[in-house]
This record gives sequence, structure tokens and C-alpha cells, in this order.
Amino acid sequence: MTSISPPARKVWWKEPIEKGELIWIAVVVVWGIILTLMMPFWHIYGEQNLSSEAYKTTPETYLAKAQAVVDKYTIRTEGDYKTPVVKPPAGEDIYLVARLWDWWPYFELKKGESYRLHVASVDWQHGFSLQPTNLNVQVLPGYDMVLTVTPNKTGKHTIVCNEYCGIGHHNMLGSIYVVD
Amino acid sequence: MTTNNDFRICPDTGLKWHRPAEKLIKLNAVAAVVFLLVGGILGLGVGLTRWPEVHLLGPDTFYQVLTGHGINVLIFWIIFFEMAVIHFASSTLLGSRMAMPKVGFGAFVLMVLGALLNNYAVLVKGNSSVMMTSYVPMPADTLFYVGLILFAVGALINCFLFLGTLVIAKDEKTYEGSIPLVTFGALTATIIAIFTIASGAVILIPTLLWNLGFVSNIDAGLYRLIWWAFGHSSQQVNVAAQVSIWYAIAAILFGAKPLSEKVSRFAFLLYIAVLQIASAHHLLVDPGLSSEWKIFNTSYAMYLAVMASMVHGLTVPGSIEHAQRARGFGSGLYEWLRKAPWGNPVFSGMFLSLVGFGVLGGITGVVMGTEQINLLIHNTLYVPGHFHATVVIGTTLTFMAITYWLVPILFRRQLIMKKLASLQPWIFGLGMTGVSLFLMGAGTLGVPRRHWDILFSGSNGGYEFSAAAITMMGLNGMSVILACLGGAAFCVIVVGSLLFGKKIGENEKVGTPMIVAPVTDEEYATNKSSMTIPGTLGMVAVFFVAFALYYFINWKYLAQTWGLS
Repeated sequence: MTSISPPARKVWWKEPIEKGELIWIAVVVVWGIILTLMMPFWHIYGEQNLSSEAYKTTPETYLAKAQAVVDKYTIRTEGDYKTPVVKPPAGEDIYLVARLWDWWPYFELKKGESYRLHVASVDWQHGFSLQPTNLNVQVLPGYDMVLTVTPNKTGKHTIVCNEYCGIGHHNMLGSIYVVD
Repeated sequence: MTTNNDFRICPDTGLKWHRPAEKLIKLNAVAAVVFLLVGGILGLGVGLTRWPEVHLLGPDTFYQVLTGHGINVLIFWIIFFEMAVIHFASSTLLGSRMAMPKVGFGAFVLMVLGALLNNYAVLVKGNSSVMMTSYVPMPADTLFYVGLILFAVGALINCFLFLGTLVIAKDEKTYEGSIPLVTFGALTATIIAIFTIASGAVILIPTLLWNLGFVSNIDAGLYRLIWWAFGHSSQQVNVAAQVSIWYAIAAILFGAKPLSEKVSRFAFLLYIAVLQIASAHHLLVDPGLSSEWKIFNTSYAMYLAVMASMVHGLTVPGSIEHAQRARGFGSGLYEWLRKAPWGNPVFSGMFLSLVGFGVLGGITGVVMGTEQINLLIHNTLYVPGHFHATVVIGTTLTFMAITYWLVPILFRRQLIMKKLASLQPWIFGLGMTGVSLFLMGAGTLGVPRRHWDILFSGSNGGYEFSAAAITMMGLNGMSVILACLGGAAFCVIVVGSLLFGKKIGENEKVGTPMIVAPVTDEEYATNKSSMTIPGTLGMVAVFFVAFALYYFINWKYLAQTWGLS
């Protein structure tokens, strides 16, 4: 009878499907296939794909690697905490530390060049949110994630933390300068 | 053993209420509304703090209130109500006695206890502002986890009682043939719920042990993988429950039968078929997972569920159109819809929920669940914007709509303030539409979620979001106020009716028909047009065009950001 009583015909599975429903089901299935194929398509033809490259790490190892890059390529320091600004050569492995509550160090990168940007947390979970270009990645403790980034606009970019990380969360900012 | 004296036959609907089940349904529904009230008030605090010009709460309180808001509305309100729904869909719709009602009361007590302990940890002790997701290694109070686990155990017991009731009904032959579609939908919801709660146990019990010091470390990535098998699947429980209620309301108000039992039931089954790793689309920008894994699990595990919802999105309004045309509202494309009972909150709530869930929630869910596009959206305010469309306009508004029907039928009280009740779904729906749209708008412009101060007034250096983003946060605040007025109206009407509404005797009729007579085959045969449901097809065509446009616009937007490989 209706949806709140048992089906009127006991052999309901043999009833024909209404025409309008069939048309819609066909549209929906084709659309589902398109949605699925768009992702591999973008891996082949698109330029914004997150790599699967990641390594297990510990806070000590990761901080040591970050420190080594800072020691080698720092060009100046900035702000109240004298945060180093690192200017690495193109193609270099660089390490961004996420911790309560800052992103360390800052970077100065060249537009159009690629860098292997490592991101990891040394304490709780954080969220790497690059503004204003709007690129967002989850940052976990214990995982060193490698993003090969190619900046396409010059100017100051800010890294906002967009995974809640406690009472100082809203003050956790970092900087990436992109120059010609 | 029980006897027939334990039943009450509803004079309005002919439904056979097993009294212990009836009592349990009432208890769960009332508890649900209490937690909705608590969670709603906390939500007002969240909205007013995110409004930059108001910035109501301090940071400690904001994060505390945000945690409490999420848990009280997303978990406690919705799951208590779902317990009422599954017992109604089994015991009441099948006219059967409920399995082990006393155990059901025990489970209810466990759930209340769990909810209270969790709220005590978050709101009173104040050392558990870890958000609903409680991502490790950020610690919460032990009672936070204990409360959630007790609540989940209670819910799990209810699920098994539901299955037991189905077995009893079949055994005692209280119905003939197959179970009704609505019961079938509730069955899928329950099966998903069992999987969901099992996943919750797999992650929350070790987390509790870690909290107590018995386990030294919980891997952050693994936690997210399993937590989302719990967190996401529970949303599929909500969808299955809410869609079941849509079908129930189509039957109650229009006497509608499903266009095709086969299609609707198969669509429900798809929700189960795809739930295993539905958590994948929460992990699209997590380290250590391969693209192949992400693509397989989003497409397989998610798009099939999306397809299922798109099918329900046609068949629910389609069945209403079909029934309305058979009843003589067949002129033009949309007479059936214009002549629908828009003043009845049961209908307006359900229909607004259907449209809001599909258009706002559905489209955006697919867009942000696409592997690469997620880079633009992950953890921005877009995410809460999306789920306020699915869970609030979708699930909550649906539950509110059916509550207006349950007050006279289940609680035997006349609704008070009927005029306000007929406006309530519109106020709440409009407010929540604003919340959803403005949060998504701000999220598109990069504004982070779970963030106390998007003006960064106290930070080293600071950052300025665009003026448009700040404006949208103000508009969001205003929408929150409107939605809260709608939510408050609901609580006042329901609680007021239960306390002060005119009592309806057990053998007395409500006055208006509470279940419309089913449309007969002869009536259906009067619909001679070549297409049975042209109006609904028109609506889904518009929906589809909007969907495709918005989807490809986001790819274009993605192409403008930094290169990433």
C-alpha cells in the first residue's frame, strides 16, 4: 500500500520500474562514472596533485633536519621571536615545523621554481592552510609529508593553522615570501 | 509473556502501539529534544563569537562551547531521536511487541548517563575542549571518553533490540509479506549503526586506555582513519533514518506509495554496501595514503552512496507527485506541489529538508569529497557549512517535522501555538540555509574552521582575510540568530505541547485525519499523462545542471592555485 505498510504485491521485485526513474538512474550512473574519472584525469593533466610521498619520523629527527636547512640558508630573521627566513636553492628539500603555536621557519621562494617542502608536526595535529592562495593539508605528528610546490604568484603568503590545536591555535601563523 | 493488553490501538491511525515500546519512544524523543536545546544554545555562542563585530566569548569558552555544541547536537540529539525512530519503525509500524523492553530502558539509562558524563567533562570540568573529533595526541578528561563509550553501548543495545523486534514480528506474523519500506530504511540505518559503533569502540577504547596510561602511543593517522569510519558512517545512519522519514511523511500526508519498491530499497542497500571505508574522503589531504587508495575509496565508497541519495531525491518527491496527480492535482507541471499542505509543518519541514539536503548539502559534499578539490576546502569553514546543510537542514529539520506529527499521535496532546508551528520550519530552514551558505562562502575564501579569531588580533604578524570573508561571517552570525529563533520556537512548541497541550484521550480522535487514506490503484490509473512525474523530473534536471556547473567551476578554481606534485 504505502511506504509505512508492507508492499501491496508480495512479489514487489518483479514490478516494472517507472520510466522517469529509469532515465534519472541512467543520468546518475553516468555522472558517478564522470566524477570517478575526473580524479585520475587530473593526475595526468592537472597540476595540483598531492603526492603520496611521506615518511615516518620523530620530533627529534625532524627538528634536526629543519635546523640543518635553517643553518645553511637563513638570510635574515623576523618578528618578536627572531624567526629565521630561509632562502633555499630551487629543488632543495626544505622542512617546515608545525608546533604549538607557530610555523617554523619562514621561507623565501622563487616564483615558478619547485621545492620539496616537508611538513610535519612535532606535537599535536595541525592544519597547513596557505593563504591567500588557499591550499590546505593535514599535518600529523610522526609523519613527514613531502609536497613538491611550485609558487605561481609573488608576494607574502601566510600559513594559517586550520586544525584546532589548543588555546593558542588562533595565533599560529607562518610566512612564505614568493619573489621573482 | 506479554498479552494483547499491552497494546493501544490508535483511534486516528490504526497503529498498534506496544505500551513499553511507546514509553521508550517517548523517553528517547524527549531526551533528544533536551540535548537539542542544550546544543542549540551552545551553537548560538559559537555563531556570535564568529561574528567579528560581536566576538562574544573568550577563547577558552569558545573552544569549550564549540566542543559541547558539536557533541550535543550531532551525537546526542540525533542519536536519541534515532532510537525513537527505529523502535517506531519496528514495533509500531509492524504492530508487534518490542523485544526485551526492560533492556531498552537500561540502554536508555546508559545513554543518558554517558551523555551527562561527557557534558560534565566538557562544560563543567572544562578540561576537554578537544572538539567532537578528539584527535590524538590532544588529551581530554577520562570522563569524556567514558561518557562517549557508555552512550555508544546504550545505542548498540537499542540496535540489537530493533533487530530482535523484527524477528519477533516475523515469528508472530504481525504483518504479511515484506516489511514496509520505512522499516526497511530503518533496518539499513541500524545495520550501519552497528558498524559505526563497532568502529567507535575500536578507536575510543584504546584511546581511553592511552588516556589512563596503559597504552603509550596512538598513531595520529591511524586514529583518523578509524575515527572517521565511526564519524562518517554515523552520518550515513542519519541519512538512512531521515530518508525513511521522508517516505513515511509522503505516506502519512499524501497516501503515497513508492514509485517502485525495488528502486527505493536498492538505493537503501547502497548505503550499506559502501560504508566500509567511507572515511576516506576525510583523509584526502592526510600524509601517507596513496592517491590510488583515496580515489578508489572516494569513488567506490562515496559516489555509490551519492547515487543512492540522488535516487531518493527523485523517488520521494516523485511518489508525492504521483499520488497528488492521482488525487486530482494534475494540472500543469506543478499543481501537485502548489497544492501541497505548505502550512503544515510536517510537510514544509520535510520538503525544505529534502531540497536543502540535496542542493546545498549533496552538491557541496561531492565537490569537497573530490581528491584534488579537497585541497581548497579541507578544514576551512566550508566543511561546517556543508554539514550544516546535511545534518541540520537534512536530518534535524526532518526530525522536527515528524515530531509535529508525533505530538498528537504518540504523546496524545494537541499542538499548542499552531500558527507559530506552521512558520517554524521556514524560520529554522531559512536561518540554517544562511548559516550553510555563508560558512561555505567564507570557507571558499580560506577562513579556517574551529578558529576563535579570524582577525588575528593577538598574533605575531597577523593576516587579513578579504573584506568579503569578514562580511560573510557577520551574515553568518545573523543567520545563526534566525536559526536559533527557529530552534527555540520548536523547543517551546514541543515542550509546551507536552506540558500544556490539550490532552487527547486514548479513544478520542485528534480531529483531523492523521494518516491520509492510501491512494488506490484505481486513483493512480486516472493519471493518463505519458510521463508520470514530469514535475519532479524538471526539478532534478535543474538540480543536475547546478551540480555539474558548480563541480567544474571548482576544478577551474583549483587550477589557479600553486602547482603541487
